[in-house]
Amino acid sequence: MANAKEIKTVLFGPIFANNPIALQVLGICSALAVTTKMDKALVMCIALTFVTAFSNLFISTIRNHIPSSVRIIVQMTIIASLVIVVDQFLKAYAYDVAKELSVFVGLIITNCIVMGRAEAYAMKSSPGMSFLDGIGNGLGYSVVLMVVAFIRELGGSGSVFGVQIMPLISEGGWYQPIGLLLMPPSAFIIIACFIWILRTYRPEQIEKA
Amino acid sequence: MSSNNDSISKTLIVVISLCLVCAIVVSTAAVQLRPQQNQNKLLDSQINILRAVGLVEGAASPEMVVETFNKHIETKLVDLNTGEFVERDPATFDYRKALKDPEQSKPLEDGNDVASIRRITELAPVYLAYDEQRNLTAFVIPVHGYGLWSTMHAFLAIETDGNTIIGLNYYEQGETPGLGGEIENPRWKAQFEGKKLVNDAGEVALEVKKPGNADPDSAYEVDGLSGATLTANGVQNTFTFWIGENGFGPFLAKVRQGALTNG
Repeated sequence: MANAKEIKTVLFGPIFANNPIALQVLGICSALAVTTKMDKALVMCIALTFVTAFSNLFISTIRNHIPSSVRIIVQMTIIASLVIVVDQFLKAYAYDVAKELSVFVGLIITNCIVMGRAEAYAMKSSPGMSFLDGIGNGLGYSVVLMVVAFIRELGGSGSVFGVQIMPLISEGGWYQPIGLLLMPPSAFIIIACFIWILRTYRPEQIEKA
Repeated sequence: MSSNNDSISKTLIVVISLCLVCAIVVSTAAVQLRPQQNQNKLLDSQINILRAVGLVEGAASPEMVVETFNKHIETKLVDLNTGEFVERDPATFDYRKALKDPEQSKPLEDGNDVASIRRITELAPVYLAYDEQRNLTAFVIPVHGYGLWSTMHAFLAIETDGNTIIGLNYYEQGETPGLGGEIENPRWKAQFEGKKLVNDAGEVALEVKKPGNADPDSAYEVDGLSGATLTANGVQNTFTFWIGENGFGPFLAKVRQGALTNG
């Protein structure tokens, strides 16, 4: 069984050292779409972490029985089932957020992080470690999403988690919101800056030209 | 081990049993959570109707919404062609479903499809609002139309004269947040209060102008949204269609002649 140090690497490594978005540049599709508001982004992060963790767990549990010829289909079936369950739960218990997230919860199915971890880690590792790996990668995704959502919501709407920090001119305040931050391209720019800063501090992440 | 895994029988067993397990999990979740989801949907449309008439401001507890709704609102179905009420239990009618159902709706011809909604139903719900003394004070009609990216759904509350707007409540849309999405902004929606839908000749007169160009004294003009011209056009088209002949026009004409006020 794995020792404490290995657990720590698997769980916290993906946050900065091996971030799925910043280093592997996976799963940025939803990072562009759901980061205009922090509450939306938070629900998305929780949903994705849940799906990654449990798909890793289940795939790892049956990994010795998955025929390699149909392994991708098997992984997809498990991931898709989990995503549908999450979507149903959100519609039942967090209706307002689910309405705003609409198709993006369903699109977790095609999120490259989930699939990537299933194929790259869960197929070779024990269920316990795979579960932790899923949580770790979910956290790595969440860190980037929350940072991007914070910048976009603060700059674009003057609020944090829906609480108005900077009163807008249109509401009688002083802050003129930056419209660009509400558009998807701004998330590209912010993620690029995030990667830039991260690689300045960790030069080993820079790819060889 | 792995060569054994790739045999046809093993592959079939794994795939079929996995599908069975997943199917059971998914369908259990869907069936178990269905009542809760339907309740959420119902509650959501009720609170938005109440917001349109101004009976609820901001957030409200589910119990309060249900209580207010049952006390003040009566749902009736209207035949859009004739504008007459139809004797049918509104609880058996799902408007959103009917819009997609070929049995209950018909396609719109290109020239008539002003709001780009493609299909229109024979029947549509109308929500009658009563005050404490059971006097009719207003009615609410559901409208929708295509904006820039999405179909925008709203409830429009109108006075019993069939012409004066009490409130407009956009509650479902996928327009650009911060730009077109501002149609959900209460400050923007508030402009519609007191505006008239049609002029003396009975033609649709409400006009969404370019931002800042609306004459505050005009009974028909409202400001659009800056940076969201196409969304504002969509709002204009929604009004043009639903107030017009193919939408609620016949019903509204009857209301203006006193169909609701004369009993």
